[in-house]
Amino acid sequence: MESQLPAEFNVNVNHEKCRKCRRCVINCSFSAIEFKDKVTPNSRLCVACHRCATFCPENAIVITENPLDYKDGYNWTPEIRKNILKQAESGGIILTGMGNPKPYPIYWDHMLIDACQVTNPSIDPLREPMELRTYLGSKPDSLKFDADADLTTELAPQVKLDIPVVFAAMSYGAISLNAHKALAMAAKRLGTLMNTGEGGMHEDIAPYADRIIVQVASGRFGVTSKYLNNSAIVEIKIGQGAKPGIGGHLPGEKVGEEISKTRMIPVGTDALSPAPHHDIYSIEDLSQLIYAIKEATDYRKPVSVKIAAVHNVAAIASGIVRAGADIVMIDGFRGGTGAAPMIIRDHVGIPIELALAAVDERLRQEGIRNRASILVGGSIRQSADVAKAIALGADACVIGTAALIAIGCRVCQKCYTGNCAWGIATQKPELVRRLNPEVAADRLCNLVSAWGHEIQEVLGSLGINAIESLRGSRERLRGVGLNQEALDILGIKHAGIGQ
Amino acid sequence: MKIDAKDMHYRQLNRIIRDAVASGEKEFELDNVQGQRYIGDGLNESIKITINGTPGNDLGAFMNGPRIIVNANGQDGIANTMNAGEIIIHGSAGDIIGYGMRGGRVYIKGDAGYRVGIHMKEYKKQVPVIVAGGTAGDFFGEYMAGGIMILLGMNGKDQIVGDYVGTGMHGGVIYIRGKIDPYHLGKEVNCLELNEEDMKLIGSYLKEFCEYFGFDLNEVMSRSFTKLVPLSHRPYGNMYVY
Repeated sequence: MESQLPAEFNVNVNHEKCRKCRRCVINCSFSAIEFKDKVTPNSRLCVACHRCATFCPENAIVITENPLDYKDGYNWTPEIRKNILKQAESGGIILTGMGNPKPYPIYWDHMLIDACQVTNPSIDPLREPMELRTYLGSKPDSLKFDADADLTTELAPQVKLDIPVVFAAMSYGAISLNAHKALAMAAKRLGTLMNTGEGGMHEDIAPYADRIIVQVASGRFGVTSKYLNNSAIVEIKIGQGAKPGIGGHLPGEKVGEEISKTRMIPVGTDALSPAPHHDIYSIEDLSQLIYAIKEATDYRKPVSVKIAAVHNVAAIASGIVRAGADIVMIDGFRGGTGAAPMIIRDHVGIPIELALAAVDERLRQEGIRNRASILVGGSIRQSADVAKAIALGADACVIGTAALIAIGCRVCQKCYTGNCAWGIATQKPELVRRLNPEVAADRLCNLVSAWGHEIQEVLGSLGINAIESLRGSRERLRGVGLNQEALDILGIKHAGIGQ
Repeated sequence: MKIDAKDMHYRQLNRIIRDAVASGEKEFELDNVQGQRYIGDGLNESIKITINGTPGNDLGAFMNGPRIIVNANGQDGIANTMNAGEIIIHGSAGDIIGYGMRGGRVYIKGDAGYRVGIHMKEYKKQVPVIVAGGTAGDFFGEYMAGGIMILLGMNGKDQIVGDYVGTGMHGGVIYIRGKIDPYHLGKEVNCLELNEEDMKLIGSYLKEFCEYFGFDLNEVMSRSFTKLVPLSHRPYGNMYVY
């Protein structure tokens, strides 16, 4: 039976403007544009990646949402109806990409930052030093010095960040090697970090290893003692905001020669990551793996544990810190992914703002906040989100989707198809080639540096001159349009309330 | 180098070993080992470690080359994510042996616990092998993606292996000495008879196994084996719709 699924988008070509250069045909990786005497779109295949429209020299292409003349209904939305049709035709689990797009509350947009007026002076970041540097790693309970005032306390390994914005874990497999190269180069230049994700480290980015977080996930792809030691930080991935509690699945068709080499699995086999690590069924088991990694790296690398923000996140984070982690990475429910079942992406987990506030508060109450740094991600969209996250208690933020948007991603959510027209979420050589790592690295550096300047402006207006002075300073945040319970969890007052 | 591990914390013990390896030591004999974890963890050199006593969990985790001989039972997590090397256990072993193991060999004289060989995988010439002389628990070879596992059931127990054998298996091969009732098997597993090539393959490992532990190869080979392979290299390929 013919599919009853309607087209999502309409590709409108202005044939008067079109000079038949066919650039759109060449650029469309979803076969949605053909050339038959003239440019002929097959709108049904269009995903709105905007590659054609961007590269049309005459601006002759406009992509619009297909106005579905379904009978209007608040309950039976077109999306729900389309999903039912899709499943009625296939019997499959609906797969999707990127982060949760549903209209759940965005708490960042209900928090406002303080500023100095009259009674304490603000600082001009253009003229005065303004420090964004911070260090990831476990901090001691106290410091001891000898008679010559030399430090005698043995410090746990620390990793310096020149800016509290780290690139999120995205595996080589989910994204292309050129995307990985761009992230690695930008991380080095910015004095921050990138994260391999769970697909191992390709030899081409090994020269940037001192700026790379290497991940150990349940599939253990590409994990060797060399991999663990050739890194800035080792991260145990327990969960991911886009798909808490479920495993990963890189389809065999994406496992070509280079991916095979990096993941250390045969060409063409599925790379399946089990839902749990089968050597971790408890906090004690987690501790065992943390120390197995510390032993394998001679205690020279901070060990991070990444979890998805879920209902009981504060207690879990406490357990992780007590298990010996140097860093806790919390990924909120809006975090992105290369592929996840839609039901999980859109309905599981909790917002990162609430999770962060709950974790920071819990660790403080227990007197162990210093023992681990907190990294948060899951839709950090702008520098304001970074500033607010740090005021809520984070040490630094991670950005995935924002970084990909900077290098061309149009958030079309079709990462899992492997057809990414922008050369990001694909392994097809002819598409990967479209992403120039040098140019992409420049764009990443521009974005993160711009955010750095913006954060400095915020710090200046707050009258402080170091990002570490903002950390956990919730007094500098106020809520708007939040109920008392949300305010209590966030640990902030409502706007209008003074000191 | 001989080390008396009595009352020694694993951190101290492993540091001594690491430092000695760095200065060229090739052979270690550890006495009075009482549950110290992570012995051999992350070591890359071709060294030999003889353990007198029971080593703790994660013996040989991330290991890449050494040969470890345990003159007692082993515990959980042996050969976790191991890349190369050999571990010989003159006794039984605990749970989660060879999790994510990518290369090298583990020989266990006696029984193995639950979750043995989960997500074992292979890459080119790196083909991990686990041979256990006794029986094993549930989830044997779950999510197995590569490598070879041989289970002999030489301890006279009726049931050689637990349930959910090879659940989610998508690579590698399991050989079990004797018959196995289908209800023990995962849905993704195909049960086959052994051909000549299989016999040659397991013969070479079993010869070594018998030499290490003093079993009679003829007796081991006297019963027929069952071969388990995945039905598909992509067991979940058709579950999704785009």
